[in-house]
Amino acid sequence: MIAELGQYILILALLVALVQCVLPMVGSLTKQHAWQYLARPTAWLQCALIAGAYACLLTGFLKDDFSIAYVAEHSNHLLPTPYKVAAVWGGHEGSLMLWVLFLSIWTSLVAYFSKSLPIGVISRVLSVLGFISVGFILFILFTSNPFLRALPAPIEGHDLNPLLQDPGLVIHPPMLYMGYVGMSVAFAFAIAALITGRLDSAWSRWSRPWTVIAWSFLTLGIGLGSWWAYYELGWGGWWFWDPVENASLMPWLVSTALIHSLMVTEKRGGFKAWTVLLAIAAFSLSLLGTFLVRSGVLTSVHAFASDPTRGIFVLCFLAIVVGSSLTLFAWRAPTVTLGGTMGLLSRETFMLLNSVLLSVATAAVLLGTLYPLVIDALNLGKLSVGPPYFNLVFAPLMVPVLFLLIPGTVAKWRSANLHEMYLQLRWTALISVILGAGLPFFVGEWSAGVFAGWTLGLWVGLGTLQHMAGRVLKPGRIGGSFWGMHFAHLGLAIVVLGITGVKSFEVERDVKMAIGDEVTIKPYVFRLNSIGEVKGANYTASQAEIEVLNSGESVLLLKPEKRHYISSAMPMTEAAISSNLWRDLYVSMGDPLPGDAQQWSMRIYYKPFVPWLWVGILVMVLGGVLAAMDRRYRRTTAQSPLQTAAQALSVGGEVGELDDVHTELASQLNDATSGEQLNVQEARLNDSESVANLSDLSELADGTHRTQPQS
Amino acid sequence: MGSDRYGTFTDQVSSFIIFKRFDRMTPRQKRFWFITSGIAVLCIAAVFVLNAFQSNLVFFFTPSQVAHGEAPKNRLFRIGGMVKDGTLKKGADDIEFVVTDFTSEVSVHYSGLLPDLFKEGKGVVAQGRLNAEGGFTATEVLAKHDENYMPPEAKGAIDKAALERASKTVKDNP
Repeated sequence: MIAELGQYILILALLVALVQCVLPMVGSLTKQHAWQYLARPTAWLQCALIAGAYACLLTGFLKDDFSIAYVAEHSNHLLPTPYKVAAVWGGHEGSLMLWVLFLSIWTSLVAYFSKSLPIGVISRVLSVLGFISVGFILFILFTSNPFLRALPAPIEGHDLNPLLQDPGLVIHPPMLYMGYVGMSVAFAFAIAALITGRLDSAWSRWSRPWTVIAWSFLTLGIGLGSWWAYYELGWGGWWFWDPVENASLMPWLVSTALIHSLMVTEKRGGFKAWTVLLAIAAFSLSLLGTFLVRSGVLTSVHAFASDPTRGIFVLCFLAIVVGSSLTLFAWRAPTVTLGGTMGLLSRETFMLLNSVLLSVATAAVLLGTLYPLVIDALNLGKLSVGPPYFNLVFAPLMVPVLFLLIPGTVAKWRSANLHEMYLQLRWTALISVILGAGLPFFVGEWSAGVFAGWTLGLWVGLGTLQHMAGRVLKPGRIGGSFWGMHFAHLGLAIVVLGITGVKSFEVERDVKMAIGDEVTIKPYVFRLNSIGEVKGANYTASQAEIEVLNSGESVLLLKPEKRHYISSAMPMTEAAISSNLWRDLYVSMGDPLPGDAQQWSMRIYYKPFVPWLWVGILVMVLGGVLAAMDRRYRRTTAQSPLQTAAQALSVGGEVGELDDVHTELASQLNDATSGEQLNVQEARLNDSESVANLSDLSELADGTHRTQPQS
Repeated sequence: MGSDRYGTFTDQVSSFIIFKRFDRMTPRQKRFWFITSGIAVLCIAAVFVLNAFQSNLVFFFTPSQVAHGEAPKNRLFRIGGMVKDGTLKKGADDIEFVVTDFTSEVSVHYSGLLPDLFKEGKGVVAQGRLNAEGGFTATEVLAKHDENYMPPEAKGAIDKAALERASKTVKDNP
């Protein structure tokens, strides 16, 4: 009964999504207010219906209803309850349900938090989101229905893939999906702005916090996936350049570029067309990611499902989305105005370089990921592109990104002074180079790679700290976006230091050990004490006990396991890891070896700086959250920038806010006026620090607002 | 004091002709130059990327293709098929097994830990080079984390060999 109910509710949700897609859009184009006002209630209703359908599926799992084919395939009686909940997204059909659920949640949040937006804008945004929802619900209903019955019902279900029975993987897909789906909001805002042809700074301000939140989820999702692969696959690797990892990395790279480009669009009114392209690319790559992972086209650890109709459906959907949005772009692009003037040396230039480099990196990853698939599809043979290619291409591209990051944060908008920047940054640069060259001697062997990596990491880290300290010492309230940006950069610095450290100083030993044998790595001695049997809820395991000694003293016990899951008969390696701030000790079991004495093959790894990766990623996510919570975004957009200016003045001394008001006014003026006249106002704007000048400006802005044509 | 000396240096750099000329351009001209130089940088990047790409492609060959001498002698490549029953030998430092597509066989040497799901009678993909004895020395045996899952390459190799056998029998007995 529950399955039929779920299916029925899902069909209702499809109909509501259709209404949400069509009526508000038609209403906004024909100026029928009643139709536009349908956008919000339909979004909420759709969300409620999809949540209902999802709850039906969840109930099926919790009640062990094996007459539902999907439940029987992914769950059994023995599975602990938290994993039954996670098993809902353990397979293809359920993970799509999760996709749609998140989409409808994002949609409702957009509907709720956009009360201050003009109704025309919000109806178009929600309509685009409705369109995406229609596509995905159709996909579920026609190709991947999780509610199908398998009668007669089996008495016991299959098991959830043991690799997925792990806390890391319980939260990894939801986080990643929140990121993927979040990109649809940035996309919807861009499309809505394109439809009217009004790409102004307001549009970029509305979509910025949403994009930043989506980026934070994506970062967290990728981090969790990497962490999971590290401790669960038993190989001690944390990034394999697997197509599925690439599928999540590409939207991340593009959305990172998008966040920075949006900033230029908001503050300076520039890069509008480029920003829109990035928003389209970020969402398209998210769809591509879903396609790659879920269509079964990949030779990869993640490819569980294989059914060509699904792949073709997603591919068609992708073609429609990309094709129509690019057509719209081509139609509207000529009307897009250029931003304010910019010097060759200015923050805008650094943002542009950031965008270009990240886009090139994305293209390189895309080439390496898709080329084998295309060649295979054309029957030209089978081949693969291995990690050496990605490392060779990716690392050199990241060097200028990291180097330019700090001057990019220091440079002024419009026109920066090279000499000032040089004076500001010379000591930081010198210290980074000295420490980058010196520190490796204290840790291990010196190499050019570790010198380059650590120098760049220190450069980013120290430069960011210097800038933060400089700002904190000045009076005035500091906005969330300031903290956010610098924490995100600090996190990146920590990740870079960590990656360089682990790549340069890790020691990996694959050995054969009998009981009593010892392996020495650096100061640590690993001794195999015993091998026993243990029993878990749904598995049995061989468990080794390995004692770790540091200069003769026993410091800890590691207990890696080799598990055999009962219902799926799958073996699984469970690594034992001991972490502190500086290093991981990593032990995982191989197979027993034939022979008289009982011998096992073992991986014994010493991995310095691995915890830095996870810490760095968390700091980046923290940065994203702080930036999205900046109170500028919560300001109602009905307020004119002049009111805000007045507010900022009346509070007094809020230097950061005043700066923002300046740049905002400038971009508003950009939108309103054009060409030469603007430069005069801007010149004034940049010089004006005093209240008198600002009020002067207010009049100016007021004038332009009144004369602004109602387009 | 020092800053003055450096000041003249950086002033010289920043008054470099490009900067001044750039400041006089209209926004449209600036965009043109940005796009032009962007495309130039992209072209250079593309050359490097494609170069790296070319030298890091790993091709796949079936055991039959290896038997016919189609596989490269001095280049990394992948083979795939079934691990033949009863051929897995674990030595002191070395593991040996035979990969078959049921037409031809290749013996594989490997030293290292095998993935969890490596079994006789199951599909496998290995990456490595041909050795002097005509066998295959693997540097990597790929993990597939599902016992029902067959690596697509391995399945393709077996299907292809079966197809060739079938067409041969048709030719031999018309």
